[in-house]
Amino acid sequence: MKSRGACWQLFWAFFRVGIFGFGGGPAMIPLVRAEVVTRHHWLTDEEFADVLAIGNTLPGPIATKMPGYIGYRVGGVIGCIAAVIAIILPMIVAMIIMLGIFSRYRDVAWIRGMGQAVVPVVMVMMAQLTWDFFDKSKAALGWLVSIAMAIVAAGLIYWLGIHPGWVIGAILAAALLRPAGKKKAEGPA
Amino acid sequence: MIYWELFLAFFIPNIIGYGGGPAIIPLIEAEVVGRYDWMTAQTFAETLALGNALPSPIATKMAGYVGYEVAGIGGAFIAVAATVIPTLLLMLGALGLLYRHRDSPRVKRMSQWVRPVIAMMMAWLTLGFLLESLNTSGAIHTLIIGAVAAIALIRFHTHPAFVVIAALIYGGLFLG
Repeated sequence: MKSRGACWQLFWAFFRVGIFGFGGGPAMIPLVRAEVVTRHHWLTDEEFADVLAIGNTLPGPIATKMPGYIGYRVGGVIGCIAAVIAIILPMIVAMIIMLGIFSRYRDVAWIRGMGQAVVPVVMVMMAQLTWDFFDKSKAALGWLVSIAMAIVAAGLIYWLGIHPGWVIGAILAAALLRPAGKKKAEGPA
Repeated sequence: MIYWELFLAFFIPNIIGYGGGPAIIPLIEAEVVGRYDWMTAQTFAETLALGNALPSPIATKMAGYVGYEVAGIGGAFIAVAATVIPTLLLMLGALGLLYRHRDSPRVKRMSQWVRPVIAMMMAWLTLGFLLESLNTSGAIHTLIIGAVAAIALIRFHTHPAFVVIAALIYGGLFLG
């Protein structure tokens, strides 16, 4: 039976992942694996790999899809909710409290200076992510196609002002509907 | 009305953003800063900095905080729900179908083809942060902080939390 005990175990397992997992969802997968496969034996290694592969067929954060699915499998709907809340809620509360205090004292000059100084740091982090995504893209599509798609998309989104949702939606539809076999992507029509 | 806008602002990035939480950041920025004007580039950067310094998934931290800023606890709930629930329901509901197609070339193609666009939006956001920083802190401070942060993060793999804390100290001392 889906006991209350199982839900508590789920809660604490994903609470630990949420507290110790730095660097965003994809970086947290090894921690999820340590809890789910090694510690609690909720899934075997192969099952875990399958769940990860399935999660990656869908968009959106991976670090909520996996706990949600595993929670559901182990403890039903309550287990699903317990696992998702455990991994996301503590740090959402921390963000709201810390940024709340910060923005209250924004008028103080040195507090404002602290806020300004993190912008270049975030810039470097975003540059790292850019490089990482472009590198993976280059490995899969080649640099010519990657750059061509990036330029076309930039023109559509930033020059013509088309919502990125339409551009990416069109690419997703083309990827899904175009017969398998050939490689290329023209930009969205 | 505001709840509906919050829902859309987080639902759309999460339903098209392949590549996990980080891929969703530039899409969320396009909604929160670009489209709805709920935050300035500066406050978005601050939120992102703290988000990167704390553990747990980045997409839900951003959703929770932005939702709270815009419309209180209810807003936080809507934004987080729009981030988590749709794809989770898809995963639970279509598991068999997804399982059969998990190695399908078409499915692989979806995340591959989206990646250059996400990379481009990330580059655009990087440029936005650069211009913002040049504008508020000036070229010299931007160069010093950016160069030190790049060396620490890329060369020495310093934990992001320490880099953010160091920048906060620098800013408190020299940019006040």
